[in-house]
Formats: sequence, C-alpha cells, structure tokens
Amino acid sequence: MGDPRISIRRLEHWFGAGEHRAPALAGIDLDVAEHEFLCLLGPSGCGKSTLLNIVAGFLRPTAGEVLVDGRPVSEPGADRGVVFQEYVLFPWLTVAGNVEFGPRLAGVPATERRQTVARCLDLVGLGAHAAKFPLQLSGGMKQRAAIARALANNPAIILMDEPFGALDAQTREVLQDELSRIQRLEHKTILFVTHSIREAVYLADRVVVMTSAPGRIKQVFEITLVGPRDRFAPEFTRYESEITRVVKEEVAKVHE
Amino acid sequence: MRGPAVTRRRAGGVRLASVTTFLGVWALAAAIVEIGRLFNPIFLPGPWVVAGKVLRLGLDGQLWIHVGATLHRVAVGFTTGAALALALGLLAGHVRGVRTLVEPVVELLRPIPPLAMLPLFIVWVGIGEGSKVGFITYATFFPMFLITVAAVGRLDPLLIRAAQSLGARPRQLFLHVILPAALPDILTGVRLGVALSFFVIVISEFIGAEAGLGYLINDGRNFFLVAQMLGAAAVLGLLGYLGNAAVGWLERRLVRWQHTG
Repeated sequence: MGDPRISIRRLEHWFGAGEHRAPALAGIDLDVAEHEFLCLLGPSGCGKSTLLNIVAGFLRPTAGEVLVDGRPVSEPGADRGVVFQEYVLFPWLTVAGNVEFGPRLAGVPATERRQTVARCLDLVGLGAHAAKFPLQLSGGMKQRAAIARALANNPAIILMDEPFGALDAQTREVLQDELSRIQRLEHKTILFVTHSIREAVYLADRVVVMTSAPGRIKQVFEITLVGPRDRFAPEFTRYESEITRVVKEEVAKVHE
Repeated sequence: MRGPAVTRRRAGGVRLASVTTFLGVWALAAAIVEIGRLFNPIFLPGPWVVAGKVLRLGLDGQLWIHVGATLHRVAVGFTTGAALALALGLLAGHVRGVRTLVEPVVELLRPIPPLAMLPLFIVWVGIGEGSKVGFITYATFFPMFLITVAAVGRLDPLLIRAAQSLGARPRQLFLHVILPAALPDILTGVRLGVALSFFVIVISEFIGAEAGLGYLINDGRNFFLVAQMLGAAAVLGLLGYLGNAAVGWLERRLVRWQHTG
C-alpha cells in the first residue's frame, strides 16, 4: 500500500487555558492511505472536527504532529482541500468564480482555468449554474459548488467537515451518491467527519469511531463492500448495526 | 397581472403627489403673503421666484462659478478623506498592532463634533482653500475609517480558512477576500462621507469665501436676497442627491452579487 498520505502521531489537543483547560483529543494515532476514504464518526463534542481542523492546519495541536507525505503540517495549504458544513462560498463571486479561485491565485492560464471550471462543474452537476451567485443557490447546490471548488484546485487530500449536515435527508442522500461517484473517478484521499452512521457506511473504506471527550480512537471498521453501495443490502445493515452498538456506548457515556 | 410593477407605479404616483402638494402649499403661502400684504413678500418668495433666480444665475454664468467652487472643494477634500480612511481603516482592521495604535486617538477625537474644530482649522491654515478642503477631509475621515475597521473586523473567519486552503497567500487574502468582503460596508461609509462633505462645506463657505454655494447663501443673507438663499440651498440639495445616486450606481456595479436573486 506504500507510505500513508496522512500520518497522525500521538496527537493531543487541549482547549482553553489555566483552570478551564479541557482535553479535546488524547493520544490519536492514525494513518490514512493514499486514495482512502476515511470517516471519523463519534458523538458530538468528541473532537472529530478538531482533529480535521488540525489536519487542515487551522489549529496547532498541543502535542504530537500530523504528517502529510512525510512533512509536518504547520499551516493550511492547497494540498489539502477543505469542504465545510457551512459551504463558505465567496458570496461576491459567481459559482464559476468560486471554482476558479484556487487556480486563479496559483496563476493558471485563463484557457486552462476555463476548462478546469467546466469539468469540475459538470462533475458535480452544476454546469448550467456557472453564472449564478451563491445567494441564488439552494443548500445542496451550494455544497456542490464548494465540492467543485475543492476539486478544481486538484489537491491530493480533501477534508470534509460534516459537509451534508445542514441538508435535508433527500438532498443528503443524493449528494452522498454524487460524492461516491466522484471518488470512483477522482481517487482522492478523503478524511470525512460525520455523525451519521449510515453516511459513514455508505461512503467510507474505513470508519473510525471515536470516544466521547477527550476523543480517542475507540474502534476501526473496514467496510469491505465494493462498488456503488446498496443502503438496503443485508451486509450494509449489518455494518450499520454493528457500528451503532459501538457508538451508542459512547453516547450513553455523555449522558451519564 | 397584479404584481410589483403595479405597486411600484402606484408608489411613484404617491411620491409625485407628495412633492406636488409640498410645492403647492409653498406657492399658496407665498401667494397669500403677496396678495394679503401680511409681511414683506421678499421674506417668502414663491417657488417660481426661486426657480427664476436659479435660472438667471445659471444664464449669466454666476451659478457655475459657485457650483464649480463647491464641487472642487468637495471632490478634493472627500477624495483625500476617503483615501486616508480606507487605507488606514483596512490596515487597522487587518493588523492588530496598527489598530491598537490608531484606534485610541480616533476614539479621542471622534466625539468632538467636527464643526467645533472649524475655527481651529482657520486659525491654523487660514481662510483659503486649504482650510476648506482640509476640513472636509478631517470631518469625513472618522465615519469612513470606523466603518472600514468594523467591516474588516466582522469578516467571517471561515472565509479566510477557505481561501487559505485554496492556497491564498497573505497578500492574496487581502486583495481577494478581505477587500471584496468588506466592500459593501465600505461603500456605506462612502455614502455617509459624501453626505457629510456637503454638510460641512456649506459652513466653511459661510466663513471667508469668495465663491461657492455656501458663500451664495451667506451673501443672500447679508442683502436679504431670500430667493438666492433658497435657490443655492436647492442646488446644494440637488448636488447631494446626485452624489448619493453616484454612490448607489457604484454599489450596484461593484456589489452586483447583493443585488441579484
């Protein structure tokens, strides 16, 4: 399988200072292989988004390190595309302008940029909406645009922080289908944070279940289903219930 | 089709009626004074007298000298104020060190009504063009500076993160994220600055000016030329209106994204 794309080593993170210091992550060790789709799953407040923010370079860990291709992460960079739950499109740019943002800043020539924009918008099914502004889009369309924007920069890694969390159930499933289709074409290394077990089983090669705060790795599940997955297949439901049992133990701890 | 178009046309009609009624009441009052000899009619000239006066000043060329003088002062004074306010405001909003340095001084001077400083400007710079232009710069700086600082401060930090993850370097962040994100608020500040320019120029033209619409009003006061005073005021109103419309046009062009959908 070769060297891991992302390597998380003895990672610890504390929030606050002095008396109010609280541990968010405690001793995380995790490797993500090239082209792997890895889901981080856990009860809210387990630090899964914190972990993603550290990999993105938005937060500096209290201890330990994250290596990308062997080099320690110290700041955000174009090698790690990020898709946020809140979409975070640039409202003053059109959909095409948003998708073009990364290549334009990198100095990619205009003709090449236009091709990239067209290809990425087609990939997410937004070809007809290139000239619209984000304010004119629905939530699902905004997230499609945000995914296209991340893809246009051609990063090896895409970090997704509950990207479908704000969408209604139908739109959510449609976008899961799209993302799984895109991943079969693009072969990115994806770190995907979610609290939906169904979503994790549908998308991931591996599901990492985290404990409630401070977050540790509780259990790792390999999902060996191949190709486009069937949410109603018996194997699918078996994974679902198995992971549900493990997650429930942690959710119960939060309420104790 | 009953829709916004109908509503808009009706609103336009009401607006027109409102203005016509205002002019009608004014004309009626002036006519009653004139016919009834209630007091000397030169104190309340009718709208037609004022319009005639403006027309005459326009035809003999005098009006344009005064309009030109006022506009020139506003243009230079406001542009300087806006340039300083935006440059310093963007810098102070973006760099914490600059903000800590500049803000206390601004907070110290801001509560002083700018007009209170006008005599001081005259003592320092004299009654020439310098004090008039400089005073507009001084008065318009504060609101535009504060709005710009606040606009940058209000920026959604996620936008910065999104741009950084797309490879934006610090200079690119400033140009491609901070500036466009703050632009709508900055233009609100510019709108305020334009209005304030016309507000303060009149007063500085009251004091020791040889030309300008403020001078025309003050000159009218000295010689009981009420029609000239009202005429100059009306022209100032029109200039202010056009200035505001110009900023509005700029807003629609620059922040097109807020005006769609």
